[in-house]
Amino acid sequence: MNLANSFRLDGREIPFQPGQTLMDAALAAGAYIPHLCHNPELAPHGSCRVCVVRVGGRLVSACTAPAAAGLEVASDTPDIQASRRAILQMLFVEGNHICPACEKTGACQLQAVAYYVGMLEPHFTHFFPRRDVDASHPDYVIDFNRCILCELCVRASRDLDGKHVFAISGRGIDSRLVIESPTGKLGDSAFAATDRAAHVCPVGAILPKRGAYSVPIGQRLYDREPISQVGDVAANEGRARS
Amino acid sequence: MSDSPKIRVATTSLAGCFGCHMSFLDIDERILDLVDLVEFDRSPITDIKQLGPCDLGLVEGGVANAENVEVLREFRRQCKVLVALGACAVNGGIPAMRNAFPLADCLTESYVGGIGIHNPGVPNDPEIPLLLNKVHPIHEVVKVDYFLPGCPPSGDAIWTFLTELLAGQAISLPYTQLHYD
Repeated sequence: MNLANSFRLDGREIPFQPGQTLMDAALAAGAYIPHLCHNPELAPHGSCRVCVVRVGGRLVSACTAPAAAGLEVASDTPDIQASRRAILQMLFVEGNHICPACEKTGACQLQAVAYYVGMLEPHFTHFFPRRDVDASHPDYVIDFNRCILCELCVRASRDLDGKHVFAISGRGIDSRLVIESPTGKLGDSAFAATDRAAHVCPVGAILPKRGAYSVPIGQRLYDREPISQVGDVAANEGRARS
Repeated sequence: MSDSPKIRVATTSLAGCFGCHMSFLDIDERILDLVDLVEFDRSPITDIKQLGPCDLGLVEGGVANAENVEVLREFRRQCKVLVALGACAVNGGIPAMRNAFPLADCLTESYVGGIGIHNPGVPNDPEIPLLLNKVHPIHEVVKVDYFLPGCPPSGDAIWTFLTELLAGQAISLPYTQLHYD
């Protein structure tokens, strides 16, 4: 292998094309770096920090760091997994993620990444925020309790659908997903079930109505095999949508 | 701690559905191997009401009322190792879904304004423990040593956990035994 266009991820040689990020190259080589806000169809966002890796003694997000020849990248180490676990724990306590009552359970990327990093408990004090459910659209429901602000729907609606249905409003802890419509309701927006934005949510926040339990619990995407083998929710659309 | 050479184990269900205890019984005949190693103190399995000094306490359910707080603190006082068993103990679980509503609204819906209610009125018998404003996971009230998630954790997961813990090993659950649902 030509070392001029490869780097090493946990000791494994990963080839890359000029312009690729560490994440792009790892995904193309079939090497898993955990992530939530990344989707190869969309511009990298670098916001969830779950894909944190160590390069040359510094922690960077793999989805935004450009690949370069000869880099030594560490991903699956105890300290980096612990950092990821802490990020996951903060995401869990910040929203209302009641897995036993969620239609997405077993096919949820937040859950699957938490399994991957060995998260057994939330550690922090729960916020138990009061958030709404918007069921105004005929085909889709939005449960804001489960939104992790990854902005995949924002990017998909803007960049792939050309609609700008979603945006993030507020700052810091007040950040929240908002919908572009006269009432702020999804049913009054330009959102359609055929939008790409309807098929990129990694959690149970944007869900199709009806058929929620057509795939039984126990046979869902991540019930038998880890996300490192199965891949993302969006990449498996149609196979095991809950 | 105890006079018995066996490990003393206590279990309880706070704001839970006893599903974790039912799942515990799903270890089936392995319970015969378990009782060679452990002796049960206070537990729905023994129906002993008073908790004595124990090596291990398994707590199902979150903290929803004043009695839950009292029992949980007593478990922490008496048990050397305390385990949050199942989703409700770990993060509040299904009972914590009432946290999305003011407590007064929950009581009104259940006992005053709901459908098919006769003799409406919020129960106020002094024997009924007062509800907390919110349901909390147990680690928000006491220090917890181990967490075993799942709704419920499977009998196999409970067995893996207990055998590894009793053997003094680090807990290492196979992928299919770690789940939150």
